[in-house]
Amino acid sequence: MTWIQKSHMTKETVLIIDYGSGNLRSAAKSFEKIIRDEARDINVLISDKPEDIKKATRLVLPGQGAFADCMNNLQNTSGMIEALEERVLKDGAPFLGICVGMQLMATRGLEHGVHAGLNWIEGEVVPIRPSDPSLKIPHMGWNDLIFQCDTSEQDNCHFVLRSTSFSENYYFVHSFMFQCTYNHHCLATTDYGGEIVAVIGRDNMIGTQFHPEKSHDSGLRLLSSFLDWKP
Amino acid sequence: MLKTRIIPCLDIDNGRVVKGVNFVDIIDAGDPVEQAKIYNDQGADELCFLDITATHQKRDTILAVVEAVANEVFIPLTVGGGISEISHIRNLLNAGADKVSINSAAVYNPDFIKEASGKCGSQAIVVAIDAKAKEDGSAGWEIFTHGGRKGTGLDAVEWAVKMTEYGAGELLITSMDRDGTKAGFNLPLTRAISNAVSIPVIASGGVGNLDHLVEGITEGHASAVLAASIFHFGEYSIKQAKETMQAAGIAVRL
Repeated sequence: MTWIQKSHMTKETVLIIDYGSGNLRSAAKSFEKIIRDEARDINVLISDKPEDIKKATRLVLPGQGAFADCMNNLQNTSGMIEALEERVLKDGAPFLGICVGMQLMATRGLEHGVHAGLNWIEGEVVPIRPSDPSLKIPHMGWNDLIFQCDTSEQDNCHFVLRSTSFSENYYFVHSFMFQCTYNHHCLATTDYGGEIVAVIGRDNMIGTQFHPEKSHDSGLRLLSSFLDWKP
Repeated sequence: MLKTRIIPCLDIDNGRVVKGVNFVDIIDAGDPVEQAKIYNDQGADELCFLDITATHQKRDTILAVVEAVANEVFIPLTVGGGISEISHIRNLLNAGADKVSINSAAVYNPDFIKEASGKCGSQAIVVAIDAKAKEDGSAGWEIFTHGGRKGTGLDAVEWAVKMTEYGAGELLITSMDRDGTKAGFNLPLTRAISNAVSIPVIASGGVGNLDHLVEGITEGHASAVLAASIFHFGEYSIKQAKETMQAAGIAVRL
């Protein structure tokens, strides 16, 4: 029994952060499918406990709904932000933010007033205003990526994006978008009556505006790369 | 560039897939997970489940269906049918649905849409509008509930604008005159609503061939098209539908 517990403890864990703001089940199930199909030895855990965050190998922050609600939920979970900052900013554990989970990495969000974000990647979350007023909001559906790296050499691009290609589409649903203060934090954009930031990254953190867990094989490949990423 | 979505719809009765023509003559035709996988493999952009289970005791069967499908299929799932409480929405989202489609409950209590979008996010709330030509012969379309049996006196375009203001993230427009006829979407209805609102509109009801899907986008100005029987009985595959749309100059995910 002691041995089993020890082996369980040393195994890699990808932790989906539960703060009442997202489709956790889909994120967890997509990681479980990758782990099953690729015969990987990784635990998937959904948790809201700071002590689990401090032990996790990789962290995923999903998110749906309004910026302020999600940020409030994060703040209202006792010890959550402190544990995240310790694990992500200090220890350098690989972190993936999805949709509003990506937007929360910003300095502030301008949805229903001005609200402070985590300020891990400098920028603001602002309304989408397409140049063509007939374009519908939310930006909803499958769209392709425009990479900000020189794609002539794969190694130029972010590790997590290397499995993807120009022609692949990802599922977006959002009315607000990330505006990076520094261009080099923007790894890919998409086009919807203008440029929309699709992927941001810095050090051991990456965020996708789209939902990889809802983007069929393209999304599952990206999540698989995240599991391989050693920043 | 954003791709136009094709959404196959499966009617679910007590955990099994069925499809009614004009909402009668239901034929049992299969297992939801297997159907969902087939559509997923063919390139469906989203899946829609309409729960037509009549008895309240058996309504939880849809949760098991959503869970089973969400474990295997990683594209957006919309579930509709009999949703009238926030707890219904939460249970479906927790089971793995991404959006819920609300019809009669919005008509009886429009504030339900405000509450639902406030609590669950607009992105999760689709308002389904069943409409047909006004029976008094005046211009426009009237909203119907109960599978097209009960008129409401509400004007469809005004209703669509109101539901947008109340926080709907998307509208699913079904023409009751056309549903099951295979005569094509009601294009004037779809276009009138799509042009009047800022949110995406899904066209539904009446698809008989692949050109009808094209018309829904080019003439109906819809953002997505939904169909059931043309896909379900194997007349056409999703891939064929996308190739037809692409040939007509519509951007699709192939």
